[in-house]
Formats: sequence, C-alpha cells, structure tokens
Amino acid sequence: MTTQTIQLKVNGNTVVTQIDPRTLLVQLIRDHLKLTGTHVGCDTAQCGCCTVHLNGLAVKSCSILALQANGQEVTTIEGLTQGDGLHPVQNAFRECHGLQCGYCTPGMVMTTIQLLKHFPKPTDEQIREGLEGNICRCTGYENIVKSVKAAAGI
Amino acid sequence: MYALTYHQPATLPDALKSVEGDAKFLAGGQSLIQAMKLRMTSSSSLVDISKLSELKGISVTDSAVTVGAMTRHAEVALSVQIQQAIPALAKLAHGIGDPMVRNMGTLGGSLAYADPAACYPSALLALAGTVQTNERTISADNFFVNLYETCLKPGELIQSVSFQRPLQAAYIKFKHPASRLAMVGVFVARYKDGVRVGVTGCKTYAFRATQIEQLLGQKFSPDAIEGIELPWSDMLSDIHAGAQYRSALISILAARAVEQCLSS
Repeated sequence: MTTQTIQLKVNGNTVVTQIDPRTLLVQLIRDHLKLTGTHVGCDTAQCGCCTVHLNGLAVKSCSILALQANGQEVTTIEGLTQGDGLHPVQNAFRECHGLQCGYCTPGMVMTTIQLLKHFPKPTDEQIREGLEGNICRCTGYENIVKSVKAAAGI
Repeated sequence: MYALTYHQPATLPDALKSVEGDAKFLAGGQSLIQAMKLRMTSSSSLVDISKLSELKGISVTDSAVTVGAMTRHAEVALSVQIQQAIPALAKLAHGIGDPMVRNMGTLGGSLAYADPAACYPSALLALAGTVQTNERTISADNFFVNLYETCLKPGELIQSVSFQRPLQAAYIKFKHPASRLAMVGVFVARYKDGVRVGVTGCKTYAFRATQIEQLLGQKFSPDAIEGIELPWSDMLSDIHAGAQYRSALISILAARAVEQCLSS
C-alpha cells in the first residue's frame, strides 16, 4: 500500500503524517489523532455523529477522505475550548439535559454552532431544520431544541 | 474501499491529464465516497477537482442561469441571484440532504453520479438544462441513460450547467426521513410554449412525465391532473415504497407543485 502525505490543521495544531489514501477524515481524527469525541454512528452520512468543522463549515467526516482536507483547517468537539471549561453550546446542552447517552451530542453541538451563525435567534422550525442531519435515538429532540434556544439566549 | 491514489490538481489541464484508466473525478464526494465505502463502485485513482476555479461561479442572463459544476448545494441555496432568477432551483438545493451534506455536495457531482433519487436531475429535465463538459454540450433529455449512468464518457468532466428561466416553477419532494433523498420528487416548470415536468425517485433515472406535461400545457391547474396514475411497471419497488405508491405520488406532488406556482 502506498501512503500519501497529508498536512492540515486540527484544532489549531499542525498535523503532518503519512496515510493510506482511503483514510476517511473521521478515521484520521479518531484513530490517528486519538480525538475520539467525534463518533461513527451510521457511517452512511445520515446520523451526523461524525460532524466536525472544515474551514468553519459543518461537514460529515465519515463522508470525506482525509486528503480532501489537505492544507485546510479542521475543528473537532475537543477544539471548541482551548483548555478547561465548556463552550457555551456545550454548556447549554448540559444545563438543558439535551443528551442522554451522549453519542449524538458532539455532532449536535458542532451543527448547532453553524446553525447559530446563520440564525442567531432561531425559530423552532429553523432549529429542527438545521438539525435535520443529526439523528438522536434517546431524547426525542425536545431538550435538544431547548438546549439550542438556551445557547441562543432565547 | 479498494486501494486508490488521490490527486488534487491545481489546474483544469492538469485534471484532464490525470484521468486515465478507471480514474474518477471527485467533487464533494457525498455520493461517491459513500459508494466506494460500500464497494458499490471503485476507482484506482481519484482526481479531486475542488480547487479548479474554472468550475466555480454563478451567472444569470435574461433567459438562463449558469452554475459551475463545483458549486456546492449550500451556495446555490443561498445565492441571491438564483433566488431571484429561478427560486425553485434555490429551494431545491436547500432541500438536498442536510446542512452538512449541502456544504460539500455539488451540482456537477450530483448530475454525474445520477443517483435515481437525487433532486437535481429532475430540475435539469424540467428547466431544459444543458450540461457543458470539456468536450461538448449535452441537453438534459439526452443526459441520463440508465441506473447511475449518464452519457458522459470516461474522463469527460462537467464544467457548468445552464438552466432556462421559466415563467413559474416549483419542486415538491417526498423525503425519505433519514437520508432525505427523494422517494418521489417532481419539478414543474412553466414556459411560454409549454410545461416541463421532471420526476426523480421513481425509475432507474429521472424522466419527464410527458402525459402530465401535456395536460398542464392545456390547463395549468391542479385539477387538470387529478387522479392521473402513470404506468408503474417500470417504476422502482423497494422497502420504502412500492411502484404503484410511487406512481400515485407523482400526480399528487405535481398538483402541489402547480399550486405552489399559482400561489407565488
């Protein structure tokens, strides 16, 4: 197997490594970089557990080759805060009990950050539409919607 | 996924040179990467065309909207130019997948992949689209030929797509709840000289519902097509819906599209 070099920024840190070109972005993040906050759920681009930011845009990392992110910037759930403490969206999910098992939650948080950039004070409809790419099996979404509103300060 | 080499050429000539053997172009990858993960398709070489400036851009004239092949669904959805020139096209793009898929997926990729349930093929047909490749101009009616198959030759690259501006248009999609692909999707476009209706999700590739086109051309009203059931022997039956159910949905969704045209 011939590897190829990839160089990118992950959570502000430059990463240079050799990978099998088939490596998905989620595999680079989880297996190579040990950033396991990003999850693999359906592996078919439906559930959104794998959501990260690529150049500030929410994307599904199970549907992207790592090499497609070559030379670019990736932010994972771990990268939202520089050290201790929670990002306001994470805190809102915590305060509003917007999670149970927590498997979908990093994806929900990453998508919510993008949603609130487009709609700083979103309606219920905008929230549910904005989270269409994130599936939760536990909560029934009620507290997730509350968490997004709390994060938006409404 | 089978082993592959990945290329990211900086220029269009480099990209066209890189393609040999079973090499495939990689745009957003939202269909292609998933298919390769499942080994539904394979390629020993992927040529990532996302850096090519020749494939980007949106332009509008009085008669048409032209969109670069690498334009992401999110860009089409948010484009003020397209919202004004062909609002139904911007709304279609906004309804594809979900926000993450829309940040990556592209118009060219969607057409080239020709998923039988993709939205854009119905728009290409209904809006009398033309596909501009590096070799030729292809009209919509000739573009889709079979399941996941277009008339594109190996190594032929879609550069841009033009859509004719209609008097009125609307797209109604009956979404699969998880994938958000079209179980049935109907795009109705009204022109001075007639109506075009593109249907996706029902057959191995998108098609024009000519019977519905004729009826709407005579009377552009939902009741003109009430109860019309297209023959369904060649329609898809799967765990999501049977062929007859899909057929029944077509005229219902077409009627809703006409209602939307009339009320806007």
